[in-house]
Formats: sequence, structure tokens, C-alpha cells
Amino acid sequence: MTPKTSRRSFLKGAAAAAGAALFIGARPDGALAASSSDAMLNPFVKIDSEGNVTAIIKHFEKGQGPATGLSTLIAEELGLRMDQIHYAFAPSNPQVYNNLLFGPFQGTGGSTAMANSFMQYRQAGAAARELLIKSAAEAWGVDPAGLSIEEGMVVGAGRSAPIGDFVAAAAQMEPPAEPRLKSPEEWRIIGNESTRRLDSVIKGNGKAKFAMDVHLDNQMVVVIARPEQRGAMATGFDDSAAKEVKGFINAAVLPNKAGVAVYAENTWAAIQAREALSVTWDTSAAETRSSDEIRAEIMAALDAEPEYNVLKKDHAETLAAIEGAAQVIEKTFYFPLLAHAPMEPLNCTIEQTAEGDIVLHDGAQMPTGPHMAFQQIFGLPAEKIHINTMLAGGSFGRRATPDADYQVEAALAFVMTDRSRPVKLVWTREDDLRSGYYRPAFGHKVRVGLSAEGEILGWDHRIAGQSIMKGTAFEAFAVHDGVDGSSVEGVSDTPYRVPGMFVGLTDTKKATSTLWWRSVGHTHTAYAMEVMMDLAAKAAGRDPVEFRLVHLAGGGADQARKAAVLKLAAEKAGWGKAQAGRHMGVAVHKSFGSYAAEVVEISGTAEDGFRIEKVTAAVDCGIPVNPDIIRAQMEGGIGYGIGHAMRDQITLAGGAVEQYNFPDYEPLRIGDIGAIEVHIVKSTEAPTGIGEPGTPPSAPALANAIAAASALTVADLPMVEHGVSFA
Amino acid sequence: MRLTVNGTEHEVEVEPEMPLLWVLRDELNITGPKYGCGIAQCGACTVHVDGVAVRSCQLAIGDLAGGEVTTIEGLGQPESLHAVQQAWVEHQVAQCGYCQSGQIMQAASLLDFNPAPTDADIDAAMSGNLCRCGTYPRIRAAVKAAAQKLQGA
Repeated sequence: MTPKTSRRSFLKGAAAAAGAALFIGARPDGALAASSSDAMLNPFVKIDSEGNVTAIIKHFEKGQGPATGLSTLIAEELGLRMDQIHYAFAPSNPQVYNNLLFGPFQGTGGSTAMANSFMQYRQAGAAARELLIKSAAEAWGVDPAGLSIEEGMVVGAGRSAPIGDFVAAAAQMEPPAEPRLKSPEEWRIIGNESTRRLDSVIKGNGKAKFAMDVHLDNQMVVVIARPEQRGAMATGFDDSAAKEVKGFINAAVLPNKAGVAVYAENTWAAIQAREALSVTWDTSAAETRSSDEIRAEIMAALDAEPEYNVLKKDHAETLAAIEGAAQVIEKTFYFPLLAHAPMEPLNCTIEQTAEGDIVLHDGAQMPTGPHMAFQQIFGLPAEKIHINTMLAGGSFGRRATPDADYQVEAALAFVMTDRSRPVKLVWTREDDLRSGYYRPAFGHKVRVGLSAEGEILGWDHRIAGQSIMKGTAFEAFAVHDGVDGSSVEGVSDTPYRVPGMFVGLTDTKKATSTLWWRSVGHTHTAYAMEVMMDLAAKAAGRDPVEFRLVHLAGGGADQARKAAVLKLAAEKAGWGKAQAGRHMGVAVHKSFGSYAAEVVEISGTAEDGFRIEKVTAAVDCGIPVNPDIIRAQMEGGIGYGIGHAMRDQITLAGGAVEQYNFPDYEPLRIGDIGAIEVHIVKSTEAPTGIGEPGTPPSAPALANAIAAASALTVADLPMVEHGVSFA
Repeated sequence: MRLTVNGTEHEVEVEPEMPLLWVLRDELNITGPKYGCGIAQCGACTVHVDGVAVRSCQLAIGDLAGGEVTTIEGLGQPESLHAVQQAWVEHQVAQCGYCQSGQIMQAASLLDFNPAPTDADIDAAMSGNLCRCGTYPRIRAAVKAAAQKLQGA
């Protein structure tokens, strides 16, 4: 590339070289700091002498909106319009860009991006604003109290000038320890319905660059020949047929024997060569169980006394309450393995610089994971490893593996080369579905005793399944007294007033790599809770909404917020007033600090097939920073939950995954779902999660609608395998 | 082998069996068309060949037979988006965005053949394009908005 240098751009470059830029970031002790150079500071915001403002985004963007959301916070405090701010993804640095809820670990997950950044990014923007105003006040010899920043201009005292004029002086100042944050009454962008995503245009014209689009000079593409069964080891291969494939370079068993790396000049050649490769496997330590065996183990565990007494309650007391009840409702639920299947299959690219540094180009959900792993693999200090975070084509949890699985795989493939050529690792869709990490299978057995008046007397809730957190780096964080909180969340902490509740948990043996999947434990706990609430309401002869409200009437803040979204969704859906041929089901659930209620309206019959006509949702996620992104996340979360509940599962036969691509793991398609209407509760509470909370209530609301329309209460997923069809 | 993409002629040295998708992405570095499944089940790779939407992962370059290829990069003009692209931005359709090049190419093709599609028409025409982010209700709204815009133009 030969850049043309005009006099103007040369001067611009000279000014930049002279340090006319303001960076606001954090010192190691967490205090805000200002600098004229990002070499001295890992910043949250950068302002150059032209007044160009860049928000440095510490979270990755998989569509859930942090690039826009965190930019919104900076723009608000800095007095900018949204078209005056740009964003860039932060480098990997767990000291500065850590998720404040994860400790010294940079990562995105648990719907925490806005929740943990809300104060931090506003403070950075506010500090920049105060320094620029102070700098302008000094230059003009006026009182800073009379100045403000409006749309990128410092204004006041009868004067106005672009903020860029003041960055050089501001960069020499000490930022305020506690910059004044704008009050909600002053907000013009936070909460603004008309704020648009900053990445809409590039995602509409093909210019958005995902990790899959990385194309480095002289790169090789690697695909991995993988075993059918988890745990099988490659012992050798025959590549004589692969050598016939034009573009094939070579093949090599990975150092950990987990597969054979196939190197080629391009992706197509790599895929073709892998098909032509014949690999021999040692299956002596491989998984051999089938889905039926996994299910049988879980079901047996539900009938035995649970391994863990989660709430530390007297089980006998709950059982006695149920024995003495006028009515007992019992239901056993089963939730199969699920794949995440983000649209962009996993991939990343590794190159070595002339200085011997390693650069990873990746849609990095948890940069600290591969950063730490690469230090070991390459024997390099942290500062010699760089992560270039790219846009990610979805994740739903899959890109956040505690063992940095695919990045490590790419690194192992790279270290087997002479490192002169970058290596791009590509997973095919078949790899994604067959050799991945799954939402573990879970079972619930719930028995509820009701009084003659329909009051809950006892609730015996047993859960069995494969722990996500045990055996990972997150065990210490998420497992307490043996209980993996992610196995029981949504039941053990339910805001419902449930007298005589016992929650038991039994861990079963992992048959696959288990992983969080959009909304983690809530994917199954919300379903069991909300279908049981409907069954209990029916047994009590009460309306499902009214019955839930009775059990949210304890006066707690949690209960009040949950009740409020339920009432709002019911009102907006026209609950109780379904037109002829239509049926509604409702569910409400708290997850990731947010409250979501959803009413699913269906038409059709069990025989002819149901159709989802409309979903009406209400959500309370605290202060709604970007209302339209909240709406979009709810829409997407609903579709994700419903689509899998309808027809998806991963099954094993002799340890091997039976599904191979979208034809037999068919996601929600456009014709499957009608309109989705989302209502957002006005709130002054701190922002909470939105990427995941839309998912948990969607499937149980659909199940409850189906139960209202037919005699079917679907307790086994996916629905199409258990007596339900969809038109 | 020669092919014309977005009005520009290219010469590539590949086997005739190589799918158009990989020629575009790996040989020409035209990365708007995306790999999602490789078996025409997701639509992320959708491009136009002589104005008709096709799954580029299933079209061998040897079978292109002189067809002119348009990708998302060539749908609008550099300074002005196509009506479908504009509607996509106005309705804030994209979340992760990975499938959206294919969605937009499919929608543009639909409107070429059916300027005023109903919801059922849209569902039928767009059913081969997966979106894991679940942007379907917005896709429906954006297609209708684009249809109106194109009819008014």
C-alpha cells in the first residue's frame, strides 16, 4: 500500500506525532489517569486534536451491542452526538480491561457488559469532559463553571471552540478523582429510543470484518480431523489421497493427539484434504455412552436422595407437607444436550511478528483465557502476546471456553510449523455441531403439594445433570459447598414465595464438554419452574397470571419487579382475551439481575400443528441505556429459546454425536415465528443484563400456550420429539 | 479461469470444482459472502448471479458459465446504499451481522421478482436464510419497508 500524503494529512500526522491527543484511562490502582500517549496508558477514550473521539471497548461484540452501548456512555458524558463517536476494541489486558465482576479477567459473559461498565465508562467520559473544560477555561481566562461541551464544541462565556483544540493541554492535567456524572435529567443519549447501533451500516454493506474474514499475506488455512468420540486420540494417518488435493500442504498429529491438523493454501483445499485423509484413532479412553444411557443416569438420580441439599432445608419436612396436601402435582422434565451453533463457525488466526511477538486475531470473548494459555504454549511473557479482537458472528456462550479450546488448537497447529506463515484455523459447521461443547443434559423432578384452597404447602424440586463449572478455572468462583450454582440458579433463588421448598441437586457424569449456553442454568430451571407454576395454577383453579401474582405478593423488591413485568406483559398481550382459535401461555423469570415476562400466542392444534403468532414481552433491566438494543436482545433471546425448545437436540450414539449440520439441528427459521413486541419498564435502578434474560421464559411460555390449547404438557424437549408439531 | 464480480473482471487459478464462495473469499478477498454451513442450508453465502440469488457455496466456479456475480459489496453504490440495505439500517436489523449479507442479497432478489410481497411471501422467500440472533421480525419489517421505498421511487 502506498498512501498518498497531502500537505494537510502530513500536518495532521505531525500534530499527532507531537502528542496532541488526550487519552483517559485507568492507572493500575484503578484511579483515572490522563495522558497524551496510549503508550503510557490503556485508555477507555481517546480524543485527537481533530476532535475525533474513539471509545475503547473492553467487551467483544457478538451482536449484543456493547460497541454501541459503551460508546453511548462516553458520548453522553462528553456531550457528543452518536455520529461523533467511533469505537475500537481494546487490546488484551486483564488489569485495565477486566470485567469488574470477573476479577482480574477480561471477558464478556453472564450479560454483564453494561452492568459492569456503566459507572466506569461514564466516569472516563466525565473525566475527559472536565479536563477539556478546565483546559478551555484556562486558555480563555474564564470560570470553568460557565462552560459545557455541546456536540463536540466547548461552549460558554460567549465563546465556542472544538474540543480538539484543548486536548494537548488537557493531557498534561491530573484528572479529577471523582468526576461529576451527568444526572439522569441531563441525559440525551442514554435511554434515547432513536439511538442507532454504530455497526449497522458496515453490517449492511459487507464491510464488517469478522475473524473469519481475516486474510493475512501468505496465510495457511488449517482444519482439524477430529475423532467421532470425545477423548479418542490420533495415532497416525494416511495422507496419500489428500496429496491429490490441489492446495494441500501437509498434515500433522496435534501435540495433544486430539486430532490431525490439515494445512492447505485455502479453506476449500483444507476441507477437501481432510475428507481425503484417513486417520487411525486410539479409542480406549473415548466416550462410548449413548443419549439413552445419559438420560437413564439422570432419571435414576432424580429418584434417589439428592447429593446436595442446596437450601440446607429439612427434606423430610417438605415431603411431609406434600404427603399431607389435598392435591399433589408431579412432573419430571428432561432437557437434552444443545449446541450453540453461532452463525460464524469458530475460527482464529495466529501470526508471529518480526520481533517474535505472537498476534491472535479472534472474536475473543475472553481474551485473558487464550492470553494466559499462549504464554505457556509459546513460552513468552504476557507483553509479547497480542490479541486483536474482531467482530464475532454470534457466540451464545460458545466462544467463552474456560480452556480457550479453539485458540489453543490454533496455537498447537501454529507451533508445529516454522512460523513463517500465519495460520488460520477454521471450524466447519460439522466441527461445530459434532466436536463442540454443549449445554449439558439436565433433568428435574418436581412435586408440589397444594392445600384445598390452592395454596402451596410444599415444593420438592430435584435437579440432576452435568455440572458446567466443576473441573474448570471457574470452579472456585461458582461452586460452593459442592453445589454448582449454575445448575440450580432460577430455582434455588426464585423470587416466588414458595413455602416448604426443598431444592436437591445431583451431579451426573459428564458425557461431553459442558458449557454455558445463552442464559446458562436458566435454560432449564425457568422451564421447570414456569411449567410447574401453570400446572399448580390449573390445579388450584386459578388464572396463571393471578396465581403467579399471589406468589409474588411478599413485598420484596425482587418480587415487585417480577410482578410488574408480568402485569405489563399480560396487559399488553391482552391476557384472557385471546381471539377464537388462539391460545396464550405466560412465563416470567428473573435472570442476570433482570426480569422478563413473556406471553406466547399460538394458533392451530396438536394434530395440525401449532403456529407462533405473536410474543409479547416485558423486561425490567434497570436503566435502559439503549432501548432499541434491549428490544433486539429480547427478540433474539425469545427466538433462541423457542427455536431450540421446538426441535433441537444433540444426541449421542456410542459416544459419537449423531447430528452433523443444520438439516438435523435445524434452528428457528423466519416462518416459525410471528411478531414480537417488547415493552421496557422505566427504571432508575443500575443497568442489569439483557443478552440472556429474554431466553428463559420463552420456551415455558410456549409450553404453557400449548397446554392451554391441548391436553399436552410438554416436559420433554425438544417438543417435536414429544407429540407436538408446528405448522 | 475468469469471472466478473461486481463489474470487475478477475483471473483466478483454481480447480473448476472450487465453490464460488471460496473463490470470492479466499482468492479475491471479497468477504461479504459468508461461510455458515457449506451445504446450502443457511443462506449466509448468498450472492446474485445474473441478478438471481444463489448459494455460492454450492456453485462450482467451473459452472459459472460467464455469469456475472454481484456480492453485497456491489449491491449498492459506494456512496449510497441499496433500498434494502437502507431499510436494514433503518430497522436496525443486524445484531451480530454475520448472516445479514446473505439476508440482504436474498431480500433484494425477492423484491426484484415480487415488488409487493406479503408476510407469507417473505417467509417463503427468506426461509432458507438462517439468523441465529433471531432478527426475523425485523427482517420482515425491513423487506416491507424496502418494497414500499422501491415502489415509491
